[in-house]
Amino acid sequence: MQRVPVLKLGDVLIVSIQVDLEDQSVLALQEDLAEAVVAHGAKGVIIDITAVEIVDSFIGRMLATIASMCGMLDAQTVVVGMRPAVAITLVELGLSLNGVRTALNLEKGVALLDHLRSAAS
Amino acid sequence: MSDDRNMADDRNMADDQNMAIASSADVVGVRRLVRSVALEVGLSLVDQTKIVTAASELARNALVYAGGGDVRVETVRNGARRGLKLTVSDDGPGIPDIDQALSDGWTTGTGLGLGLGGSRRLVDEFDLASAPGKGTTVTVTKWAR
Amino acid sequence: MSVHADVARRRVEELLRAHEEQAVRRWAEIAKASPEELGEIYQALLSVLDEGRDDFADVRGLLADLSRSRARAGYAPADTARAVFGLKEALYEVVEADTDGVEAARGFIWFSRLIDDLGLFTFETYADAREKIILDQAEQLLELSTPVVKLWENIVAVPLVGTLDSARTQVVMEKLLQTLVDTGAEHAVIDITGVPAVDTQVAQHLLKTVVAARLMGAECIISGIRPQIAHTIVTLGIEFGDIVTKASLADALAHAFRRSGFQVSGGGGAHVAIRAERV
Repeated sequence: MQRVPVLKLGDVLIVSIQVDLEDQSVLALQEDLAEAVVAHGAKGVIIDITAVEIVDSFIGRMLATIASMCGMLDAQTVVVGMRPAVAITLVELGLSLNGVRTALNLEKGVALLDHLRSAAS
Repeated sequence: MSDDRNMADDRNMADDQNMAIASSADVVGVRRLVRSVALEVGLSLVDQTKIVTAASELARNALVYAGGGDVRVETVRNGARRGLKLTVSDDGPGIPDIDQALSDGWTTGTGLGLGLGGSRRLVDEFDLASAPGKGTTVTVTKWAR
Repeated sequence: MSVHADVARRRVEELLRAHEEQAVRRWAEIAKASPEELGEIYQALLSVLDEGRDDFADVRGLLADLSRSRARAGYAPADTARAVFGLKEALYEVVEADTDGVEAARGFIWFSRLIDDLGLFTFETYADAREKIILDQAEQLLELSTPVVKLWENIVAVPLVGTLDSARTQVVMEKLLQTLVDTGAEHAVIDITGVPAVDTQVAQHLLKTVVAARLMGAECIISGIRPQIAHTIVTLGIEFGDIVTKASLADALAHAFRRSGFQVSGGGGAHVAIRAERV
């Protein structure tokens, strides 16, 4: 099983998924992220799925779980870079990832986090 | 590989590929296998993504509910159209109520219950054969547009 | 084949060989085609008959070439078929002059049928070629008829015109989503002013696209919904939920401007100033 690395940039954690996601890797990522958010006092999490070719119901559900979990730990989560084919497939599958914020790319994801933070303060 | 060699046959036997599902790493393997065949058959990017996602759901179902199973990927032909046929079978407990299993949100496991019903929406043909104690076989086909 | 028919057939073959030059020349006159081209077909026909085969693949190949080149030159398919039929007339003159009239005449019937088949084959070739052109054009039209245009920084639009079928809607929508990735535009306007009618499937595709765009991090606005279409959608019981819909493309653009922090000011529509608000 490959672990997905969690990077820290200021008070934002960045996860860029570059491997074929095994269920265990997703579960491990969920734990790693929760620990990292607490350890670094992160206020934002960006999950980059630009390189992810498929998101099935398991992976989709984990994205939603990560978002609500990080929310409880006071960190906003943004999923960025979802491919059109992946988005169309998720819609057909019946998964709308309610409660997960999304942005077209990493840059817009960072901007969205900034915006959310300025709106909150 | 020659496309014309088996033109008359409904399916090309040489292209049949089998794989066993025994661990979650195999689910990733099934995705790769289905992706490569989908590419060869000429499915569009969106259709490739749909059939690979359906394969991932069905393979995980076999793993979670039956502890494992077998996958067969074939290329099929209908006139000039080519397609990919995927069969996932297991020797698990089987499904007592198929209609219920196909409805969204119904699950006995820890999933969302979108696996079977969702997979059905991602493919062109869907067939489910199951009985309690007799295992489950799901056969799906996706045709190139 | 009876003995009679066999003898008759052989007689025609003899005549074809003996009077090759005359027949080809006459055929070329009747068909208004080059003697070289027709001579080649004539030769292929002879060699098939020589070997007593019933396999006309070579002849058909040459005829297909002839059919294609004449189609390109603007001849109607009937002209090409008629040109092939011309060989009957050319040979008839030879048969008429033949001393052994009965056998030749009987054989001519057989030959005539053969030429009819070959003539009709050129027609089929023509139809196949046409079919292929139509298919190619339909595909090109699918590509052509689906432009995704940039309206402003961060805003793109797809003006849909004409009848939407399921296949076309799907192509447009996939293209729109890809454009969002390529341009980074966060607002997309789907304008259906030019769409005469929407059925359940098309409405579903539109909805799915809006949801898919959201999953990717972009917002869609649907504009130009005609009263009849609004009526259909409501009657069909399709839920548009919280999807933004606007009466006109202009309203949709104004909405997108507001959402992306642009301010539109001016009076009477004569003067429009746009100022970007830096965030």
